[in-house]
Amino acid sequence: MDLYEYQAKHLFGKHHVPVTAGEVCYSPDAVHEATRKIGSAVVVKAQVKTGGRGKAGGVKLAQTPDEATEKSRAIFGLDIKGHVVRRILVTPASDIAEEYYVSFLLDRANRAFLAMASVEGGMDIEEVAATKPEALARIRVDALRGVTPDKAREIVEAAKFPAKVADQVADILVNLWTVMVDEDATLVEVNPLVLTPDGQVLALDGKVTLDDNAHYRHASHADFIDREGTDPIELRAKDLDLNYVKLDGEVGIIGNGAGLVMSTLDVVAYAGEEFGGVKPANFLDIGGGASAEVMANGLDIVLNDPQVEAVFVNVFGGITACDAVANGVLQALEMLQSKGAPLTKPIVARIDGNNAVEGRAILTAADHPLIELVDTMDDAARRVAQLAAERKARK
Amino acid sequence: MAIWLDEGSRICVQGMTGSEGTKHTRRMVASGASVVAGVTPGKAGQQVDGIPVFDSVGDAMAATGANVSVVFVPPRFAKAAVIEAVDARIPLAVVITEGIPVHDTAQFFQHAHNSGATRLIGPNCPGIISPGKSNAGIIPSDITKAGRIGLVSKSGTLTYQMMYELRDIGFSTCVGIGGDPIIGTTHIDCLAAFQDDPETDAIVMIGEIGGDAEERAAAYIAEHVTKPVVGYVAGFTAPEGKTMGHAGAIVSGSAGTAAAKQEALEAVGVRVGKTPSETARLMRAIMSR
Repeated sequence: MDLYEYQAKHLFGKHHVPVTAGEVCYSPDAVHEATRKIGSAVVVKAQVKTGGRGKAGGVKLAQTPDEATEKSRAIFGLDIKGHVVRRILVTPASDIAEEYYVSFLLDRANRAFLAMASVEGGMDIEEVAATKPEALARIRVDALRGVTPDKAREIVEAAKFPAKVADQVADILVNLWTVMVDEDATLVEVNPLVLTPDGQVLALDGKVTLDDNAHYRHASHADFIDREGTDPIELRAKDLDLNYVKLDGEVGIIGNGAGLVMSTLDVVAYAGEEFGGVKPANFLDIGGGASAEVMANGLDIVLNDPQVEAVFVNVFGGITACDAVANGVLQALEMLQSKGAPLTKPIVARIDGNNAVEGRAILTAADHPLIELVDTMDDAARRVAQLAAERKARK
Repeated sequence: MAIWLDEGSRICVQGMTGSEGTKHTRRMVASGASVVAGVTPGKAGQQVDGIPVFDSVGDAMAATGANVSVVFVPPRFAKAAVIEAVDARIPLAVVITEGIPVHDTAQFFQHAHNSGATRLIGPNCPGIISPGKSNAGIIPSDITKAGRIGLVSKSGTLTYQMMYELRDIGFSTCVGIGGDPIIGTTHIDCLAAFQDDPETDAIVMIGEIGGDAEERAAAYIAEHVTKPVVGYVAGFTAPEGKTMGHAGAIVSGSAGTAAAKQEALEAVGVRVGKTPSETARLMRAIMSR
């Protein structure tokens, strides 16, 4: 889960990383009040989980409460790379003498962590890495040893931080590593880390990604979940414990196993090219040992997506054999029907693997008006794309 | 020969007394694997289907000669379980558990690496099977047969799909390396082992979005692999910034895309199928030459 800047700074503060104070606001009126309380010039910052908000007009300086309110009106509702601004952080404007960059991230290739640091902060770090790689220090961090004061000193020296800030930056690195470990983060980034004219180093911005697998040991992280900024179908799927991602197409997808479902999306998109660019509407992995109930929940979610015109159920029967899968699909449709759900969208099913013959025989014998059985994944993808395109054209 | 797992493999199951552990122990036994012990702290002296349970991996190894551990322990206890297996110096630990926090994985990986005693496969993986010889994990054994193709994959069901499509030709060993951001055994480790395995003639490599393991595997193939390799990459239609089921399957900015992985593999002469079935056809053509 990616955090908003104000949430990241909350975690920084908790672990003694110096940050500018600030208040998150949900309306122009709240911006007015927050600015009045601060009592000096402020920066009004759009809270979005993407980069480039400054260029998009999402960060403005304001001298008075009225000016801050006015500027916030232009920022609320702003669409920054598909992220609509619903919250604004109001912080006291800081004078900046120098800008730096520090981060910790997961290093997948080395199966460890990586510290990155640069005295050229404030700009896009990918650009620094590409154009001036020597200005970006990269230091491996051992998962068991972590960032000790000595390790922090090594990072500070590698990035050539000036002597006047070395101690402060080293302390900040140790504390940021505590954020990384104690909060189960996979990314902690400060860009910029600034030096103020009075000699203080503080985090002016912050980016944190938390490990979803670790939520069980962080009850407080539930507060970070942004329900209003999440797609309503994704929220419902999450509440049903389904592994679902909303996409922007017409073919609903249900399958078992993350890799097979990703592959199904691709195969449907290829097939859709023949039919006017029909695309997958979602990712939904119902897991290896999918029961009828999970299948019913999955079908319920996908069939209720108004964008969906046809559904592709693509299951490989490994641990759960195909006859059980076929019965599960039929039971799932019965469950939905008994709940009074209107079922009109065609379902193309491809089941293969253990007991495929028996499974197909069950679906053939049931002769369900909505289910069409196709033997191979590629042919099934073509058929479901065709059905979705036909239904879309009729609208 | 096969790689890492064969007739001589003696499996102990950590978490055998749990429901998943018991279910899959039975499946492994049914597929002909030699499961010699279970490990659940505090349950020494119990049995599951006549297989003795021990308090620790060390006890299980001493009493039964176990040399492979399969870990079904729930996420919150998985780190301790793997560290215990490493400290007992078991040569191979296969971590099936899904949902382990990545800091835990990073720590037990480093611990295993430092010890030099244990190869880790996974976590969040279906395991490893050498059809007809042994089976450590949850891969169904009855969808394929023994043969001379080696398979390495981040995805479980795509592994099964490929095993099934090529079931008439058969496999030496299939390794599901798992879909987490940090995994113990990589594509490259498998490619190297298959290259050296006299019972493997060709290799199928299945990747997916996220990280750059496929790109690095491509570079390795160019340098070190002379056996034919065909590839498949899932996730061309995955949007940026969304985790697609597997914790590691995420396109971050411009990094980790399927297109980049396909390009890297094709640049070193690996033929990449557009769909799993096309990939199977490419391998079939190679094996029928």
